[in-house]
Amino acid sequence: MSMLERRCAMLLASLAWAGAPAQAPAPVPRLGQPAAPELVQRWNLSVYPDGRGLPSGQGTAAQGRAIYQAHCAKCHGADGEGGSGGTLAGRAPLTDPDPDQTVGNYWPYATTLFDFIRRAMPMDAPATLSEDEIYAVSAYVLYLNRIVRLEDRLDADSLPKIRMPNRDGFVGIDAQPPAGR
Amino acid sequence: MLARMNATKPPGGRRDAVLLSDASGSSGSAGRRDFLRRGLTLSGAGLGTAIAAGAAWADRPGEEPSRSAWMTTPGQPFSNYGQPSPQERGVVRWISANRAVAGNGVSWTPLHDLEGIITPTGLHFERHHNGVPQIPLEQHRLLIHGRVRRALTFAMPDLARYPVRSQILFIECGGNSNAGWHQLPQQTRAGFMHGLASCSEWAGVPLSLLLDEAGADPSAPWLIAEGADAAAIQISLPMAKARQDCLVALYQNGERIRPENGYPLRLIVPGWEGVLNIKWLRRLEVAPEPVMARNETARYTELQPSGKARMFTFVMEAKSLITSPSPGQRLDGKGVYEIRGLAWSGRGRIRSVDVSTDGGAHWAPARLQEPVLPMAFTRFRAAWDWSGAPAVLKSRATDETGYVQPERAALIGERGRHGYFHYNAIVAWRVDEDGEVSHVYA
Repeated sequence: MSMLERRCAMLLASLAWAGAPAQAPAPVPRLGQPAAPELVQRWNLSVYPDGRGLPSGQGTAAQGRAIYQAHCAKCHGADGEGGSGGTLAGRAPLTDPDPDQTVGNYWPYATTLFDFIRRAMPMDAPATLSEDEIYAVSAYVLYLNRIVRLEDRLDADSLPKIRMPNRDGFVGIDAQPPAGR
Repeated sequence: MLARMNATKPPGGRRDAVLLSDASGSSGSAGRRDFLRRGLTLSGAGLGTAIAAGAAWADRPGEEPSRSAWMTTPGQPFSNYGQPSPQERGVVRWISANRAVAGNGVSWTPLHDLEGIITPTGLHFERHHNGVPQIPLEQHRLLIHGRVRRALTFAMPDLARYPVRSQILFIECGGNSNAGWHQLPQQTRAGFMHGLASCSEWAGVPLSLLLDEAGADPSAPWLIAEGADAAAIQISLPMAKARQDCLVALYQNGERIRPENGYPLRLIVPGWEGVLNIKWLRRLEVAPEPVMARNETARYTELQPSGKARMFTFVMEAKSLITSPSPGQRLDGKGVYEIRGLAWSGRGRIRSVDVSTDGGAHWAPARLQEPVLPMAFTRFRAAWDWSGAPAVLKSRATDETGYVQPERAALIGERGRHGYFHYNAIVAWRVDEDGEVSHVYA
């Protein structure tokens, strides 16, 4: 192949490439930067039903009562009866005519309570409670629902072991919730 | 003379409240001819006026001026970013927020005031859990981690270099139309009950490209997505869907996504419920199981009469809605009107929309406005000659899978009234003798 022929062949190849993007995947720049494990750990807020993602720390409902009253009661009511925020406490059967859906009668996992409080509550100052405070206030909400006692200590080990009353109350439609647990 | 006679004569000349079904041929052709003739004669009249004005520049006292004030002085200069006419200031999102937390709630798209299939960007519905974050572009990064070969972060200028795909898609909140579960029909504008749905052209990076770059574990079936708002909202998304057609969107209707729609980065999950379309996207975690977040357990699940609740109801089933005539509008006497509405399905294209003017006893096919796109708003139209007698208008969508939008009684019979989410029943509007339109269960 002469130099000219080779140039022509290269030109044709490049034109074919430009003219037919559907025939081969377009080249993709690879611009992602390696994320340090420390960054991943600081950013990762997910808490799974098996407790994966729960931090160290601990708290009891007795300790959580004051935290609840200071940060939660104004929206959720003094005893979790609801207000501008959702109703948290109550164990009415879900087959009642117009049941409140509460932590006690509806939420399937206690880990979700910790996860949600840590990421989103209180709404006027999210991410200001310490991990001990989040364990304690989670315990207090569970206490309002008669799921734990005032003195029960919640931590990364005990929280995932709580079996919520409505744990089996859900039917997956387009995907299935995790089995077991 | 001819023009004046035609203009005062009731167009179409029909006596009964029948649909002029120009989608199905014969019965509609007379109506079309009438429209055509009116159009021609009216433009003929316009020409005559122009010639007359040209012959006499000075208007006579007491006459409407031939050139109005805005034709005799220079207009406004250019603008850097256009705004709607001040006279359209009533066309707004209707805000329904938590009384204690201003950034918690929704705003509704005024579907009853809009035409076509694209929702103006400033009228796209909003659902915020704790306000709209103002995110400096240069400080935003997307993290992909979890079951991946290498955890990566992507800076915004870098993401902007990836191949872009765009698609016209509706987004609908799972809680849209939820007043339909109420025992009495809510009386409000159509968009303020069904307008937690909007349709835009979304453009961005196919999510699969970024998952491939991070080396996502093919055996991990879930992806956890999280936003950078004050609620750090997160959801679990099946990886198969993430790879199939999801976008990491940077643009909406040609411009960078606006803050309330997720600036600078939003996950787009075509056809699936709105909460999955995480705004202000900051973290994607490849995971072996769903995280069971608050917004996929305590919320966005649907309690059934059995006491069990439906969970992971991702697909938004077919729905349709007559946007005109609709409550708050008034028919100005008997005659021909165009029934206009929107239909959409999270399973693909709309195959057909039927319209009834007698509460569902008889149906006729509406005309579908092109383009009919998968998982996008589809505009439908049907000419209607209103006799002036009370009527009940309904529309019923069928999608390309053959799924038919259910009547309200059937939906409630199956799901009860406490599911809150995923209400997609047929909507009925009553037109009374005065032309007033109200919402009815019929």
